[in-house]
Amino acid sequence: MEIDPFIFRLSIFILSIFVGYYVVWSVTPSLHTPLMSVTNAISSVIIVGAIIAALAGSSSNIFEGSNIFGFLAIILAAVNIFGGFLVTQRMLQMYKKKKK
Amino acid sequence: MISVNLSAIFYLISGILFILALRGLSSPETSRQGNYFGIAGMLIAIVVTFLSVGNFGTGFIYVLIFLLIGGSIGATIAFRIPMTAMPELVAGFHSLVGLAAVFVAISAFLKPEAFNLGAVGNIKLASLIEMSLGAAIGAITFSGSIIAFLKLRGIMSGAPITFSGQHIINLVLGLSIIVLMFYLCKTQLDSLFWTIVAISFLVGVLLIIPIGGADMPVVISMLNSYSGWAAAGIGFTLENTALIITGALVGSSGAILSYIMCKGMNRSFFNVILGGWGATEQTLSSTSKEQKPVKNGNADDAAFLMKNASSVIIVPGYGMAVAQAQHALREMVDVLKKNGVKVSYAIHPVAGRMPGHMNVLLAEANVPYDEVFELEEINSDFANCDVAYVIGANDVTNPVAKSDPQSPIYGMPILDVEKSKSVLFVKRSLSPGYAGIDNDLFYRDNTLMLFADAKKMTEEIVKSL
Repeated sequence: MEIDPFIFRLSIFILSIFVGYYVVWSVTPSLHTPLMSVTNAISSVIIVGAIIAALAGSSSNIFEGSNIFGFLAIILAAVNIFGGFLVTQRMLQMYKKKKK
Repeated sequence: MISVNLSAIFYLISGILFILALRGLSSPETSRQGNYFGIAGMLIAIVVTFLSVGNFGTGFIYVLIFLLIGGSIGATIAFRIPMTAMPELVAGFHSLVGLAAVFVAISAFLKPEAFNLGAVGNIKLASLIEMSLGAAIGAITFSGSIIAFLKLRGIMSGAPITFSGQHIINLVLGLSIIVLMFYLCKTQLDSLFWTIVAISFLVGVLLIIPIGGADMPVVISMLNSYSGWAAAGIGFTLENTALIITGALVGSSGAILSYIMCKGMNRSFFNVILGGWGATEQTLSSTSKEQKPVKNGNADDAAFLMKNASSVIIVPGYGMAVAQAQHALREMVDVLKKNGVKVSYAIHPVAGRMPGHMNVLLAEANVPYDEVFELEEINSDFANCDVAYVIGANDVTNPVAKSDPQSPIYGMPILDVEKSKSVLFVKRSLSPGYAGIDNDLFYRDNTLMLFADAKKMTEEIVKSL
């Protein structure tokens, strides 16, 4: 009997939680704000789903029913991707060491 | 058009790049490189999605246009936003992830064939569970973050909003979402799906309104976590590894941050989430208020004390952010350092309105990060320090947390400010902090109260130095 692909995805999910657990504990507390903004940016990889939704079906009428939700999600996710990475970059640029 | 297997490998690569992005944040030196890994991961995910859909007609042009519209809005916000507004920005961004998850779930429900999930009215059972979970968590994240945003922005009062039966209502609504999901799986009715989304929006609002302003660090971290779980839910629906990995990373990251914040207040997660802490205590303390003598000082006294000290520890809090005093503070420290005074900064885990809030503000004012210390690193140094300069912090310095088991903040780890030879306390009035309890430190012999706005007082001190 074959293993359901769902189990594989579940394994990836659970292993990633463990990876996340150890990686995040090693983040220095002074960078907790950039951590939040960058996790924000990467969770916008949900744009992948938005693109599939927007391009679904025939391209004759792209603004019908389900596609419009895809396009709206693209805007929201794009705001987050650009905003999240850029604001993180701006913050990280400010963290400087003592000038000796 | 590229094969499903090839695109799956690319999604895995982008997931790994996201892990490296978080890994980079373990030190400021590697963090910038980490951010580039994150950007690369995102780029790969988007390009691979275009290639795997393989539809480069007019739809593709529209997608690019919408992407650029959103992107330019995001970029403008990122460049314009002042650092003091970072907590509300993060809350606002969380709401967008939440809403995007809801929208993707809706379109998957309306057009399951586009995602290989079956047909309308006959969606695969597992997919239906995953997409309704993703939509519900996304909706809670969205409306909860909006409330958090309004509270942090000051559009809505930061005071907890409580009413009787609140927790029961939340419980009933939460259970009804689960019951509706069960029936949705049996009947596949649209109306059930829409009801789940609507109730979830309501739950998000109800969940956040009873939580007060100073508990926002926990709320923001929690919503961060939720946005991750919502993304993971959608990732399962779309069978997309990048989204599953990212969702799990973000979900656990937010959960760890909430845990750290709760520990910083010595409160359980449920205690914070059930809310209403500040509200009940405030009435208690005002009745038992007695007049005690305090020593009142001015900028000259403070300047004299600090100039003659050999070491000074600065304790910033939310008040510094409100008064935007970080630049004035850095100037003051520069003058002190020129006079040979050793200066360091002590940050309490829950200082400010989000994790790491104080560190970002100090970094903005060009304070080198190796002069800024966390509670555990610096707490023993207060005993050997001449002056502690408390600017805009209150509850996190209150010695009552160590001495009085009756106090609501008993057991909360605090900065041992009272051990330093003298304490300068910049504060606008004697009013209690968020926890609503009097700070014993105000009435000590070695405490000098500086009643003024944090920024004005610091500027005056700079002048008299």
